[in-house]
Amino acid sequence: MNNRRAFKDADEVESLVDVMADKIGALLGSRGVSDPLLIGIRTGGVWLAEQLHRRLGVEEPLGTLDISFYRDDFTRIGMNPEVHPSDLPTPVDDRHIVLIDDVVHTGRTIRAALNEIFDYGRPASIMLATLVDRSGRELPIQPDVAGLHPQLEQDQHITLIGPEPLELVIGTKTNRSSRSDEQG
Amino acid sequence: MSLSNKSLQLDEEQRLLHFLTIDGLDRTILTEILDTAEGFTGVSERTIKKVPLCRGKVVANLFFETSTRTRTTFELAAKRLSADVLNLNISASATSKGETLLDTLRNLEAMHVDMFIVRHASSGTAHFIAQHADRGVGVINAGDGRHAHPTQAMLDMFTIRRHKGEFTGLRVAIVGDVLHSRVARSQILALNTLGASEVRVVSPRTLLPSDARSLGVHVYHNLEEGIRDVDVIIMLRLQKERMQGALLPSEHEYFSLYGLTERRLALADGDAIVMHPGPINRGVEMDSQVADGSKSVILQQVSYGIAIRMAVISMVIGTQNLRMQEVAG
Repeated sequence: MNNRRAFKDADEVESLVDVMADKIGALLGSRGVSDPLLIGIRTGGVWLAEQLHRRLGVEEPLGTLDISFYRDDFTRIGMNPEVHPSDLPTPVDDRHIVLIDDVVHTGRTIRAALNEIFDYGRPASIMLATLVDRSGRELPIQPDVAGLHPQLEQDQHITLIGPEPLELVIGTKTNRSSRSDEQG
Repeated sequence: MSLSNKSLQLDEEQRLLHFLTIDGLDRTILTEILDTAEGFTGVSERTIKKVPLCRGKVVANLFFETSTRTRTTFELAAKRLSADVLNLNISASATSKGETLLDTLRNLEAMHVDMFIVRHASSGTAHFIAQHADRGVGVINAGDGRHAHPTQAMLDMFTIRRHKGEFTGLRVAIVGDVLHSRVARSQILALNTLGASEVRVVSPRTLLPSDARSLGVHVYHNLEEGIRDVDVIIMLRLQKERMQGALLPSEHEYFSLYGLTERRLALADGDAIVMHPGPINRGVEMDSQVADGSKSVILQQVSYGIAIRMAVISMVIGTQNLRMQEVAG
């Protein structure tokens, strides 16, 4: 990736996360959910989830998902050499889950995450929260809460830098073999 | 054979095409196998013990030699990756081996099998199959003669890393029938590649290969001396089925000299772990008290075997997929 430029600095991301936390809190309230289970998608989603977890004052530990084993492009890109175990602290059965990722782009990462969650059990509901809801969707998946809705060109790539502080940068994809840790 | 190991097993970008032997693989790729296996350990503990990674792939277990543990864990590993598994127990016909083997291979390829997991009494069989397999078909060695058993070695490395963290600084003793053991050869290679400080083999002279020292090990013939202060003790099975002639006076005498007892185990480091690839001959290689004792990690080795085999199967299938696409354009 080259031509990387800052898009939102640490302070701007901070206030976006504050707004997201408020919206998630309100949405959970309106649905009558008092004990949500927060799950972040590795890697950027976990950083964001940690921030939201703190702001929402949830006591139960955060779950983390690594969707490497659920990607739909395994036959095209092979095994991700940096896979980590997923870690869900409690059973997901009958739980109200807030699924958190940094960017929703094609929707394929979220599809993979949903499939993985259902291999752990049958949750009562799943809500999706992302910092960035960018253009380029390939699946019928929309976030319930999003911090930003930027219009980006197909070859533009938005990345969350973290874990502390969180910043957003925009770059242009240069070679097709470079593999980001998210598939969209 | 070793010259071609690297080119046969890895593609241009150092990804695993086949997994035949530890020989020729560097620390980076061995660590990648261990790290990938780490990701799979949780799958066995979930409600649905499966991931969809290899859905639609067909894996053939081609066992020319009997096996329970290895075949079962390979089968479970492939199934947990959502692959379909064919189990073929073919007793080897010594006379018509070459031709029969190739014919078997061609027939299975005609059924669009994506991977062969091969065990054979002759060294080099998995290499031979890998050399002749269609492009896009991966081969994993599940034990060939006295040569190699690389997935067993990697599950042992995984067990050691889980208990000891780093390999640097570790002293490891491999005890018993080194001569007939493909497991020992693979373990020695893996331990040295991963940077263990000291690898010892402890064995009667009759059960030690003549080239043992050239493998990069310290040789002991006395068990008490050999396991003193070590962090890991790996016991080997006495391979009676591979022994020809009188290599051992009796099992009783073997146990009195090389059997691991609680008293002898006390000579090792206080936090030492005891491993065995199974099946154990209780009262020959070790006492039941040791096998079932608190330092024994033998059953964990079996569980970790599934994660390691999932890692190797998925890495090889992933690389073979990429290879097919390169052909397709």
